[in-house]
Amino acid sequence: MSYQIPKFRHPDLPVNELGYTKAAYEGSISTLCAGCGHDSISGALVRACHELSIEPHKIAKLSGIGCSSKTPTYFLGKSHGFNSVHGRMPSVVTGAAMANRELLYLGVSGDGDTASIGMGQFAHVIRRNLNMVYIVMNNGCYGLTKGQDSATADEGSAGKKGDVNPFNAIDLCSTALQMGATFVARSFSGDKEQLVPLIKAAMSHRGFALIDVISPCVTFNNTAASTKSYEFVRDHAEATGTVDFVPMRQEITTSSRPGAAHEVTMHDGSVLRLYEDADTLNPFDRRSAMMALMDHQAEGTILTGLIYLDKNSRDLHDVLETSHRPLNQLEEGELCPGNKMLVNINASLR
Amino acid sequence: MKALKSVNDFVIKFANVNGTGSASANNLFAKALFRMGLPVSPKNIFPSNIQGLPTWYEVRVSEKGYLGRRGGVDIILSVNPQSMAQDIREIEPGGYFIYDNTKPLDLRLLRDDITIIGLPLTRICNEKYKDPRQRQLFKNVIYVGALAALLDMDFKVLTDLVADQFKGKEKLILPNINALELGHQYAKDNFDCPIGIRVKASDKVGDKILLDGNTALGLGAIYGGATVAAWYPITPSTSVVDAFDKYARRVRIDPGTGRRNYAIVQAEDELAAIGMVIGASWNGARAFTATSGPGLSLMSEFLGLAYFAEIPTVLFDVQRAGPSTGMPTRTQQSDVLAAAYASHGDTKHVLLFPSTPKECFDFGAMSFDLAERLQTPIIMLTDLDLGMNDNMSDPLEWDDSKEYDRGKVLNAADLDAMERYGRYLDSDGDAICYRTYPGTHPDKGAYFTRGSSRDEQAVYTEKGEEYEKNMLRLLQKWDTIKEYVPGPEIIPAAKPADMAVLYFGTSEASSREAVDYLAADGIALDSMRVRAFPFNHEVEDFIDRHERVFVIEQNRDAQLRTLLMAEFEFGPDKLKSVLCFDGTPISARNIRKQIMEHLPGNNVTPLHRKIRANRVGERA
Repeated sequence: MSYQIPKFRHPDLPVNELGYTKAAYEGSISTLCAGCGHDSISGALVRACHELSIEPHKIAKLSGIGCSSKTPTYFLGKSHGFNSVHGRMPSVVTGAAMANRELLYLGVSGDGDTASIGMGQFAHVIRRNLNMVYIVMNNGCYGLTKGQDSATADEGSAGKKGDVNPFNAIDLCSTALQMGATFVARSFSGDKEQLVPLIKAAMSHRGFALIDVISPCVTFNNTAASTKSYEFVRDHAEATGTVDFVPMRQEITTSSRPGAAHEVTMHDGSVLRLYEDADTLNPFDRRSAMMALMDHQAEGTILTGLIYLDKNSRDLHDVLETSHRPLNQLEEGELCPGNKMLVNINASLR
Repeated sequence: MKALKSVNDFVIKFANVNGTGSASANNLFAKALFRMGLPVSPKNIFPSNIQGLPTWYEVRVSEKGYLGRRGGVDIILSVNPQSMAQDIREIEPGGYFIYDNTKPLDLRLLRDDITIIGLPLTRICNEKYKDPRQRQLFKNVIYVGALAALLDMDFKVLTDLVADQFKGKEKLILPNINALELGHQYAKDNFDCPIGIRVKASDKVGDKILLDGNTALGLGAIYGGATVAAWYPITPSTSVVDAFDKYARRVRIDPGTGRRNYAIVQAEDELAAIGMVIGASWNGARAFTATSGPGLSLMSEFLGLAYFAEIPTVLFDVQRAGPSTGMPTRTQQSDVLAAAYASHGDTKHVLLFPSTPKECFDFGAMSFDLAERLQTPIIMLTDLDLGMNDNMSDPLEWDDSKEYDRGKVLNAADLDAMERYGRYLDSDGDAICYRTYPGTHPDKGAYFTRGSSRDEQAVYTEKGEEYEKNMLRLLQKWDTIKEYVPGPEIIPAAKPADMAVLYFGTSEASSREAVDYLAADGIALDSMRVRAFPFNHEVEDFIDRHERVFVIEQNRDAQLRTLLMAEFEFGPDKLKSVLCFDGTPISARNIRKQIMEHLPGNNVTPLHRKIRANRVGERA
């Protein structure tokens, strides 16, 4: 296991607006390998939720099957969790989100769970623009079954066994853009300064938000010949620009840095500031985002940061025109038309 | 030749080409008889195709109220040359062949033991109408008009029906009535009306309604409080969600905001559809999916999760002929075993077997109560025959004083009053534990739902004894379930009987009729209709007290019989199979014949055993 959560808490630990310390957002002890990138992502999720002052029980965390899908046990212990079946988390989240639109849905998946067995559901949940955050802990291999290549492994990359992967990699960010995703970002488990604001922005986005997080597998895919190793990713990552996230109600001045190229007001009133290199891409233009991804791929570098954001996103509830009140709170009197209507229906069937 | 003669008791079959608008004309015919107070059972026998292939519509009229398929056809109304040879062969001796004689009949098809009646339908249409589409559509209405004369139907009932049917499209009423009159007049002028088979107004319908099971089921989901429907289109289940949609648009729009108090998601496949149902149910909404055999196969993995993690799940399976794609537009009861034991590992699922539209409605609504009370998948097995055909049924009723049973769910106050919550802790001794919905309480009641083994606190475990304890609790829950699901319906014979029939779902009507036939021959049979799985003790006792039980079902492998033997350990000698699996609904004559063959003195080896015996080289 990677770390023990100490029982002791510093008495002066910072509390958020709800009065919670970070501990309120933690989960059980991780059983992943020491140094696993996934644990850093769990840590980033804890920090983001704490800093955003989200009530822990108003989050539902759902996953599929695999190392990544085990992680929801290791964060947000006060939230309901659902470890579903392999590759099918998106459908379970879809149903859950239809039932109660007021919770924040956090989906956690891996590269096998998303790009292979779950490719169909991944594509379709994007197409429907379900209001959820979808984190892929992407390590290019199947950890629990001991290191086979996954569909996101780059062509020519090799893991611990040494066999070179002969197949093209599926790029999840490009796929998501193609399917109509309204928020697409990529990050690296080793870069919390980038990852935490991206998670916050994704959580404030109304619609489907993908964060493809490259998360090295220390046991099977952290080799010199792997393109998903800590070293390779550190050397080859190129950020789109830095991102600041200013939560709703917070004074803009407090975390303001000069020189922001864009300020985006998110659906919940929070503000996203982008400080970017104008040459890299325009993150509000899907074609520009696609081009930037392809350019970096051609150069052999990994584009990270916010890649695309649709400011006018309409989520599935908007499209289906569902009630503003959660469907699971409707009472029998509102749902059942009663016998009187049946009398009329019967009469029409004679 | 002796022509068939009967009043209010016959089978007529329409042979059409699909996509020519025949369905609504044939429907008009059946509905008119129904309005004349006659029990009718119309059945569509249609191809998996949109246009151009043969399609049939069989209507049975029975003053005695027999609504199953009788077997045999007394009258064929033929407007499809493609199937004419087959159709004419099918007529009972003494029956009637009514056909479009614009083109002369192939002399090789002639039979001298039937009455042949020619109606120049195409010629009349070509003379009367210019538009090719009108020629095609009105041809159907004209033959209904002709039948009205030939069978002595009440013409006013027909014209009233046309007026009802085109309410809102008034300018279509008169042309349709004209077409009816054209046919009526032609038949009156050219034939001795009525023919030997005729109808007479009666009063055998009472307050009954004519409705298809899928519409009733969609309505059942509305009344049962479903708010989430997730599905993938598949024949013959599609009209369940169509009906849900139709009525939801009527009664589930929030009056203040105009927003919808329901969500229908057309999924990318059946795997996603059932996943959505599970997600919604987990989150406290009533949700369902509707599918057929191939969809059920795809849903198996998720059904295992719902069973093991104990998530309410409602699945309506409108069965069709399998295996694989099978015959998508033909009926069967062949998903019984696949549904009962769906998914890997030790699993068992609750099954409901409705046999009428009223039961589709009742069981449909009840499924949600059962799923939430029992925290497990409820699979309702209806079929194409019940789902897609108009069936005469008791009217639908709802008891307004009844409340939904939302099962064992804890709210925030409940959680505050508790010392420690365990999702899989059986505190009441009925093996059903308490759920919490996500978002209920800031500190208490959250747990991790998973398909992997866990302890009573929902914490992952690989301890064999914890796993075993949980699996045994699920088995104990299976006993609790028996108290909740609908019990069997038992109808004793007029005199004491040591033999019985056992049937379920759409085999009911034909089975009842066959039992009457056999009683008239002096063979007394008690009857039991099984309405759910798990079977309760009444089912066991009934089988126990009979020497021989004929299990009637519409599949090849005697699936319900297998289930009975697996659950109760009855021997194969006690349970005898009566089967039909050609894709048409089982008929009363067929059932009678097979039971006769099983009776002592009629030593006929059942077909499947004969095949097996031949294969191993034994003497059958």
